[in-house]
Amino acid sequence: MHGSCPHFHDKDGNAISIDPVTRIEGHMKIDAYVDGGEVKDAQCCGTLFRGFENILVGRHPLDAARLTQRVCGVCPTAHGTASAMSLDAALGVADKIPHNGRVLRNLMLGSNYLQSHILHFFALAALDFVDVAALADYEGSDSDLKAVRGFIDRKDLSPFFPRYEGDYRCDKATNVELVRGYLKALNIRRTCHEMLSIFGGKMPHNIGIVPGGATSEVTADKIATFMGKLQEVNAFVEDVYIPAIFTVAGAYGDYFDIGPGCERFLAYGTFDLDDKNADPLARERLLPRGLLADGKLAAVNVAGITEDVTHARYSDECSAAPAQGKTVPAAQKDDAYSWLKAPRYDNMPAEVGPLARAMVGYAGGHKQIISEVDAALVAAGIGADKLPSVLGRHLARALESRIIAREMVGWLGQLKPGEATGTELEIPDEAVGVGMTGAPRGALGHWIEIKDKVISRYQLVVPTTWNGSPRDKAGVPGPIEQALIGTKVRDRDNPFEVVRIIRSFDPCLACSVHVMTPQGETRGTYTIV
Amino acid sequence: MSEVIEIPVVWLPGGACTGCVVSLLNSFSPSAGSLVLRELTPGKHMSLRFCMTAMAGQGRQVVDILHDESAKDSGGYVLVMEGTLQLGDDMFATLGEQDGREVPIHEHAAELARNAMAVVSMGTCASFGGIPAADGNLTGAASMEQLLQREKIDVPLVNIPGCPPHPDWLVGTLMAVSLYGLEAVAGDLDELKRPKMFYGKNVHETCPRRADFDAGRFAKKFGDVGCLYELGCKGPVTFADCPTRMWNTGTSWCVGAGSPCHGCVEPDFPDRLSPLYEKIDEQRMDRFRLLDPHVQSASKA
Repeated sequence: MHGSCPHFHDKDGNAISIDPVTRIEGHMKIDAYVDGGEVKDAQCCGTLFRGFENILVGRHPLDAARLTQRVCGVCPTAHGTASAMSLDAALGVADKIPHNGRVLRNLMLGSNYLQSHILHFFALAALDFVDVAALADYEGSDSDLKAVRGFIDRKDLSPFFPRYEGDYRCDKATNVELVRGYLKALNIRRTCHEMLSIFGGKMPHNIGIVPGGATSEVTADKIATFMGKLQEVNAFVEDVYIPAIFTVAGAYGDYFDIGPGCERFLAYGTFDLDDKNADPLARERLLPRGLLADGKLAAVNVAGITEDVTHARYSDECSAAPAQGKTVPAAQKDDAYSWLKAPRYDNMPAEVGPLARAMVGYAGGHKQIISEVDAALVAAGIGADKLPSVLGRHLARALESRIIAREMVGWLGQLKPGEATGTELEIPDEAVGVGMTGAPRGALGHWIEIKDKVISRYQLVVPTTWNGSPRDKAGVPGPIEQALIGTKVRDRDNPFEVVRIIRSFDPCLACSVHVMTPQGETRGTYTIV
Repeated sequence: MSEVIEIPVVWLPGGACTGCVVSLLNSFSPSAGSLVLRELTPGKHMSLRFCMTAMAGQGRQVVDILHDESAKDSGGYVLVMEGTLQLGDDMFATLGEQDGREVPIHEHAAELARNAMAVVSMGTCASFGGIPAADGNLTGAASMEQLLQREKIDVPLVNIPGCPPHPDWLVGTLMAVSLYGLEAVAGDLDELKRPKMFYGKNVHETCPRRADFDAGRFAKKFGDVGCLYELGCKGPVTFADCPTRMWNTGTSWCVGAGSPCHGCVEPDFPDRLSPLYEKIDEQRMDRFRLLDPHVQSASKA
């Protein structure tokens, strides 16, 4: 019974298996064991292994920031940024990034945060809450909504049906508004990519973020074009995205009580605000950094990060800190059920992502986060203790979008046309570097090692490896698994609660499955994501 | 209401990053919403039967769609393959279960291809293997064409490479099929099964910085003006219309943002086009032979 989540299959009739989980990035399967209407146990399984990073070994170091973006087509910019930062360190230029280079990187990464968050709520998550069928008798004048009605009239309803049935709670007018938002979101997320490509050349997989800074010339007309698009995106976040979260919360308020998770939060900080500090974990950053556990906030220490493979499909020797990690695939390993490793901080799981950043920032005195969160708590009529929840994650993502979108307006004004964006680079014979930042989905780290002027080791520890991790050697489930366990499921044939919890984490499986590697005689051992 | 013909599309992800789906979402005209809701061309509508990123359903209910489509003997659907097929071990890539066993994605792909009207390999991974099949991979990653050959499946195949492909390249191809028929599109492919209307011209030949190349003005570091040839531009061995079509609603393209072209639409991507930032080594690049002779001599000089 290799490959599946074996022990659930022995308990006849009580297992819910969802394979594939859709409207996420990548290949994921969830097995849940339900008894008495409650999830008693759950396993989160990554079902694709590309073995991506060992492909990097032996290649030219500068190629890493291009190739690692291809780990994920939804958040490539975060990988390009983390990779460039690891190379900044390895090449000795981490404190020599020109002002324009730093600001351009922030603008590009910010554009993709907005793209990713908007895509996630509307295109991925919203169909769990919104009933497209409410448009069947639409009589209004909006041409897009009339197109939806025409679509329904043709009776071929892919990809909106089949679906889970029985828990769409919004009234007709609300559904119409949310479908309008869904369609508008598809265009606005495209606008975010247009913004990015002004300086990044193209999206997905930009070519603008490089070690030492950025490639694109800064000109006044590029700034002007970016500004026009950013104003549109800002208006959407303000007028459509954030209101939509409150609309959904109004009908599904119980989801502030569902799916709290491990309540241990980790963030590395995102968007560098200073040019001078060579250590990414010491730089001033827009989004906060820290570990919030048991109500106490602590500084992030790279040495606290380890990975455990007790229940991952890798040989047992692979449980280690990422800098010393090995990843030897073991597809048929007993008791293994996922291609995801289990990252741990101080030997415990941690949730990463917008909620983690909001919790860390709220606890740490981050002014914008406190102001946004406090206002939202009042508007939603809840206390801060409800943030760790399905709706809390959606809310945190939306509020973070507003903070970033507003800040980007200021960054645009800081660009200096005509000044340098990049730095001279020299490839050392031997070096190591770590790049730590935040992807839209959470804490992201890239580790590079260079020998003989080529990559000799490359490792990534990415957001969904944290959130979607399997159990560790102590038997402690990962954050998504913990969020599922204890959940009441009203209808086992339509387990809305399960998929709403999973999607609130915005999983990205392509990022999280390690690739890995042989202990070849000439290449040594390395780990890839 | 007049009868509208539905063209079912099954979008199957293998060893992929979802970048091809996200690129398709960037389609401007028609928009992604229009592609799903409105008629593609008058009287014909594309029905997105299976797409992991978009569909409302999950689990068994969507795996059943794959079986329903592949069971059709009418051959009325298009299979779009994104990503590689992991042939090295059946556990490397699975999707859904049947009789208590996880089903390898390459089995879904073969079953669906066998009964399809046509197969589109979307992106460089599905077309040629791309990064998952590059040196150092452990998964036996293969392109769709390699799978079709292995399984001896004879079905019309169109490659739409690119990492990712421009949305127009897929949408334009589908529209051409809808308007003029599959035979017309199949009859206008290059030797790599790419539609010539998108992949027929050399990037270097149509590059706005070509005048810099001819005049010997070369950028030496990122941010410099001038031709990016010495920074490793692979435009001379790359065939695509990026310089004129441009990306993200005509906003820019790689060279437009000061970066060399990496040749991501080519079968040599990434291995023989690496290092990406080093000058072309014509000995290592199969497609160098396609270059204009005067560029060949200039670059050897």
